[in-house]
Amino acid sequence: MNHSFLLIIALALKEFLALLRDKSSRFVLIGPPIAQLLVFGYAANYDLDNISVAIYNEDPGIASRELVSRIEGSPNINVLYTIEKESEIRPLIDNRDVLLVMHIDSQFSANIAIGESGVVQLLLDGRNSNTAMIALNYLRDIILVLNEEWRYQNLSQAPPAIIEERAWYNENLHSQWFIITGIVGLLTLVVTLIVTALSVAREREQGTFDQLLVTPVHPFYILIGKALPGLLIGLIEGAAIIGLAVWWFDIPLRGSLFALYLGLFLFLLSAVGVGLMISAICITQQQAVLGAFLFLVPAVILSGFATPIANMPDMVQLLTWLDPLKYFLVIIRSVFLEGGGLGLLWPQFWPMVIIALLSLAMAGWLFKHRMY
Amino acid sequence: MSFPVEVSDLSKSFKSGARSIQALENVNFKLSRGQVTGLIGPDGAGKTTLMRVLCGLFPIDTGEVKVLGLNATTDAEEVQSKVSYMPQRFGLYEDLSVQENLDLYADLKGLAVEKRAECYQTLMHLTGLAPFTDRLAGKLSGGMKQKLGLACALVVPPELLLLDEPTVGVDPVSRRELWEIVYQQVEETGMTVLLSTAYLDEAERCAEVILLHEGKVINQGSPEQFSEKLQGKTWLIESEQLTPRQLQLALSKRADVVDALIANEGVRVISGSTEVASIRKSFPSSIELKISAVTPIFEDAFISLLKKQGLHEVKTAIARHKEKTENANEVIIEVDNLQRRFGDFIAVNDVSFTVKRGEIFGLLGANGAGKSTTFRMLCGLLPLSAGELSVAGVDLRHAADQARQKVGYMAQKFSLYGNLSVIQNLRFYASAYGLFKEKQKERIEWAIEAFELGDYRQANAKELPLGYKQRLSFAVALMHEPDILFLDEPTSGVDPLARREFWARTNELAESGVTVLVTTHFMDEANYCDRLVIMASGTVLAQGTPLEMKKLAQSDSEVLPTMEEAFIYLIEQQGEDG
Repeated sequence: MNHSFLLIIALALKEFLALLRDKSSRFVLIGPPIAQLLVFGYAANYDLDNISVAIYNEDPGIASRELVSRIEGSPNINVLYTIEKESEIRPLIDNRDVLLVMHIDSQFSANIAIGESGVVQLLLDGRNSNTAMIALNYLRDIILVLNEEWRYQNLSQAPPAIIEERAWYNENLHSQWFIITGIVGLLTLVVTLIVTALSVAREREQGTFDQLLVTPVHPFYILIGKALPGLLIGLIEGAAIIGLAVWWFDIPLRGSLFALYLGLFLFLLSAVGVGLMISAICITQQQAVLGAFLFLVPAVILSGFATPIANMPDMVQLLTWLDPLKYFLVIIRSVFLEGGGLGLLWPQFWPMVIIALLSLAMAGWLFKHRMY
Repeated sequence: MSFPVEVSDLSKSFKSGARSIQALENVNFKLSRGQVTGLIGPDGAGKTTLMRVLCGLFPIDTGEVKVLGLNATTDAEEVQSKVSYMPQRFGLYEDLSVQENLDLYADLKGLAVEKRAECYQTLMHLTGLAPFTDRLAGKLSGGMKQKLGLACALVVPPELLLLDEPTVGVDPVSRRELWEIVYQQVEETGMTVLLSTAYLDEAERCAEVILLHEGKVINQGSPEQFSEKLQGKTWLIESEQLTPRQLQLALSKRADVVDALIANEGVRVISGSTEVASIRKSFPSSIELKISAVTPIFEDAFISLLKKQGLHEVKTAIARHKEKTENANEVIIEVDNLQRRFGDFIAVNDVSFTVKRGEIFGLLGANGAGKSTTFRMLCGLLPLSAGELSVAGVDLRHAADQARQKVGYMAQKFSLYGNLSVIQNLRFYASAYGLFKEKQKERIEWAIEAFELGDYRQANAKELPLGYKQRLSFAVALMHEPDILFLDEPTSGVDPLARREFWARTNELAESGVTVLVTTHFMDEANYCDRLVIMASGTVLAQGTPLEMKKLAQSDSEVLPTMEEAFIYLIEQQGEDG
């Protein structure tokens, strides 16, 4: 028993040394995660901060001035131009100087004053429909609020229904909170998968696998020796990104750390299982990298990392059950934002246990049957 | 323009990380027109670098290189158009047919279309590739590939032909044919050939030899000039009472013996002086020695020249003496009708042999003969397609893990962890063989001591010199004191000195009762084996002791043929039978 323990240590140590003493594989562990964290942390953002706007106000009245000042006061909107002729509109939009032009009709204030509808025209740059929709929503919100206030003042009567918004868990709906928590899952998956998927293939390529197989070491121990480094590296990287999320990106961590790390552990265990399966099948490192990406890309899409699972066709939704990243994303977002704990997240844990057990067993089987 | 190649004061170094490697140092030589010059030296001597400098592929640090009257560094393109260079791994397109490869090189060399038919015909005839013009180059045997490579290099007969180790790993028959092609070309077109080789017997086929060692030219001259210096210092020593191996072990430890090599039933010795009385006296009077003078060959000169270059004596105290078991004739390895198929290709067919305890048993054959496949099956690395085998009573592929404790394995290619240091590799493999704590420390110290790895403890395994890589692999294979040792092409790519060192160690192991199974494509190494099988295209051609093999091929003359001659004879016999 003592010897088995020492043997596993020796095997895992060998894996670590082979990995860390090589400049390029050291880089793979550190470079891409940092790059991805920066890209996703800063560049990937659903929020629009600086909507560039031009205002064409033909109405000198009070109501229009009130509207313009509200828009100028919005933190998300940047009024760049105030124009006076209709002919100025087209060049501004064509040259992408502004995303939208707001045209206030000359009768706007007058109409409001007599209790009729004033017309505001929004001209949007539809070339990027996504951005245009978001910008439109911001302006719609401002006008909605204004509408309600005016109606209240003029008619001395409360509007029939008012929307009171409260976003729970992510109070200001920062999309960064959503993305960076997702990154923890994504990055640890990439690193763990690559580390384990390459490990056997590298040994096959260099001929060291044969040398290992002629020793009395049981393949089961070799498997454990290969699984440990991936697991440990994944845990360390995961912890580092969680730390950055909390201290650098100021994302609140409200729930149980234990639940989070148990989730991370189970998640990594299934990633290691998949990685070892790929490794057992592939003969060259090139095949292994390809195999890893063959798993990674669908795993990310199906996890709901970026697009909601509810949008997927029913058949595809069934497939997402096989994706360990799906469960882990629920866990990490819940623990971070919602304050989730073990009790709440139980339904996410057991599927990962099953995936981990199945993939590891499968890897072990493949290992034995593809040893040459 | 009297010499096709004139090299003066050539130096060339490479940067490898922080270190700088002096590949060539102050090299001076001239090549004579219309003859074959051999470039001979151990691995890492700078042969390939020199070849590449000659065809203008490498810039040089200092000196001057004149090829066909041109400066190889400044007029590289013009030099390349006049010179044909065949690198070690010739750039054949494996997915093109033989004919398409030839066409490609004819296009590259700008051979006129109307001249091609005639040129192809002669080349195909010369190389014996005519029946295979439609075959993909990737599907040719090693020897045929080399011949095709040579044919491509000769599409337009160049003034100067540079051949970099054209015969490495090629079977003896193809080797002989390659030489014939080269000589025919030299005679017909008067081209100048520079050929590098690691096979010392090939040196004798050259008109002149340049001996390169550690980037320096040690000597240049005809092979006879080299061996003349050893006239009267080469002997064959035989004894009835001692086996050749015991005799060699005793002789190689003497200071007045430069080299001792097992040959046929005795030991071939190069003595320090022309006097051998002291050697005779050193043996007890009960042992009768039969000492006869033999003619020196190039290899003798090579070894004695390099040994003078400050090479140390080999430490051979590596084996612990095992209790010789009473049943010394016990069969340790048994192979019965072994077969291995890959798809419809039969790599190994109907191979049977037995190996007894304490024997050195050889698997001899060219590349692609099925040696390594047989070997991998024996080690349990590859399942059998048919047949049976047992190693120490079990099939290693299905046996309990502990059965592998008895076996040591050294792969053909260096296969230890290149990123790990020497000491880390040793530690890991010691653990893998179940040696921990005190026992581990002890064995690692032993390995470093016995294989003289002390200077390289912290060096990454992949950065070791070739000879040290081989030592480290050998140390790993012996870490757990195995009873059976599998050595797959242990001497491939290793220079003659390291080969001697290797065999000295192996002999000693065998003397201590370890069973050794070894594959090799060096025919002369068969002399070290107690018994051997010769393999060709997956089947066993013959098996028995080296002497029996040679006797098979012996004609009426008194002279015993060499192993290589015996091998060629057996191959030709098989051709006639089939």
